[in-house]
Amino acid sequence: MSNVLIVCETTPEGALRKASLPAVTFGKQTAEKAGGKLILLVLGSGVGAAAAEAQKLAPKTIVIEHDGLKNAIAETYAPIIVRVAKENDVSVIGATATAFGKDILPRAAALLEAGMVSDVIGVVGPKTFRRPMLAGNALCVVEGLTPVVVASVRQTEFPAAEAGAPGELSKGDAGALDGKGASFVRAETTKSARPDLAEARVVVSGGRGMKEGKNFGVLETLTDLLGGAMGASRAATDAGMVPSDLQVGQTGKVVAPELYIAVAISGAIQHLAGMKGSKTIVAINKDGEAPIFQVADYGLVGTWESTIPALIEEVKKLKAAQS
Amino acid sequence: MKILVTVKRVPDPEQKVKFKGTSVDVSAANWVINAFDEYAIEAALRLNENAATGEKLGETIALSIGPKDVSQQLRSALAMGADRAILVGGADEELDSFAVARIVKAVVEREKPDLLLMGKLATDGEASQVPQLCAALLDWPQATFAAQITANAEGLEVKREVDTGIEVKQVKLPAVVSVDLRIISPTAVVNGKTPATHAYQEGPRYASLKGIMAAKKKEIKEISLADLGVKAAPVTKLVSAEPPAGRKAGVKVKDVAELVSKLKNEAKVL
Repeated sequence: MSNVLIVCETTPEGALRKASLPAVTFGKQTAEKAGGKLILLVLGSGVGAAAAEAQKLAPKTIVIEHDGLKNAIAETYAPIIVRVAKENDVSVIGATATAFGKDILPRAAALLEAGMVSDVIGVVGPKTFRRPMLAGNALCVVEGLTPVVVASVRQTEFPAAEAGAPGELSKGDAGALDGKGASFVRAETTKSARPDLAEARVVVSGGRGMKEGKNFGVLETLTDLLGGAMGASRAATDAGMVPSDLQVGQTGKVVAPELYIAVAISGAIQHLAGMKGSKTIVAINKDGEAPIFQVADYGLVGTWESTIPALIEEVKKLKAAQS
Repeated sequence: MKILVTVKRVPDPEQKVKFKGTSVDVSAANWVINAFDEYAIEAALRLNENAATGEKLGETIALSIGPKDVSQQLRSALAMGADRAILVGGADEELDSFAVARIVKAVVEREKPDLLLMGKLATDGEASQVPQLCAALLDWPQATFAAQITANAEGLEVKREVDTGIEVKQVKLPAVVSVDLRIISPTAVVNGKTPATHAYQEGPRYASLKGIMAAKKKEIKEISLADLGVKAAPVTKLVSAEPPAGRKAGVKVKDVAELVSKLKNEAKVL
């Protein structure tokens, strides 16, 4: 009982999703600690390409194909994951903590009565992992106490696994599928002109100091110039200046872009928790004592009115010179 | 419909996290309702009312687990509009996600709601496990990370937040739904009774004075773990917790030109 099973995610075209590669690395590290073998599981329909890719990443890959597995729903996927784990002497089941992993893994854990550790950022022992809590304000070590332990893996904390010599590939049986009254209807891919807040390279956020929604227009110009996504503090979304799905923070979205520009945001703890993983942080605030400056790499004391239009002009000049 | 909505108390996210040895110290915490649970209460109330006429369409029950003090947070849920509340006694730090799920399951079996509505995660533990665990233990369908809920003849159509946009999932009732941030946008909950043109105010509703007064008379039923017959043996153990390495404050720049120059030449992000 010491093998590690990593559940891989596939794209609608049947290829392996890159998001799964960090989980494979987690699986390798955990299998080494446990003295067991890394096994990858590919589920779906028409996922031959994903299986072939997975095969190059681990000593053993199991692929299970069935028309009814075309769309990943927890109700049908979880029992299969559980069965494969039982048949293969698995002590740890993992997947990347994407919407897919976060949805399906706990359901599998419940079926196994297994302890689960979410959002793993480091492997400490065969069933002991490091994870953040309280929006990154606490780093914890959590041990799974059950014969099988389930873990979801934070994508940004493990390097992507690299292809090597192909391992063994075996086909498994889907068995009888039962959706338990749930069915997939359709996927609606967002076609926003701007990148997704959680994935953007640059995020420009505005806070209460923007005063009203229409003033976010100037931030939009800056955002688009930088090819970024718009964000806001909870103070701004609660005041109805911008929709709540722009909220960056512990109660909104947690972001970690290369460049985060906080404009007219004082830096409440819950906001800082949502953005302090950013690589470079710029704070622009008229109050030089605002807490946001304590986490900012570059701080500029000034109002948004007096700085953002000038910043737009400077960035335009820079972009013109670069092109 | 009859909705059971779960309410967890968490340390106020606006408060600085304190540590005592190798664990988080919550002795001085200011407790608030987990934000996503507040969103779940709002979604439950929207499902169970005709916003145009004020007509009630079903019962909304708030459930919490924890020490007696949690009745404060339950009282807030009642003031928002929940009909009654249940408090299962227990020390919150001693219960892991699985134990919580077993307790919720036991209450569901007593109350037999059509829908178990929950926040997608708690801002303290951030495990995002309990709704899915409950669904599996109950053998019910699940729709996690709901951005939009529409009641229809077959149950609920749920628009789920996924990495690539939205996934639409249909679930029969009874079901478990966990809600994400966008569920509190003005037209995110469609129950077929509230006119389609009705737009709610963004965010969870504030308790009105009338609501607060009414909440004082509403029932909070206390149940012990022993009464529920739940054995909540832990399946995970929190070994240690410590503060992360802090981020150092950087420099103040004198003007926009200096800022752009630093971003280009020093941080190399422009």
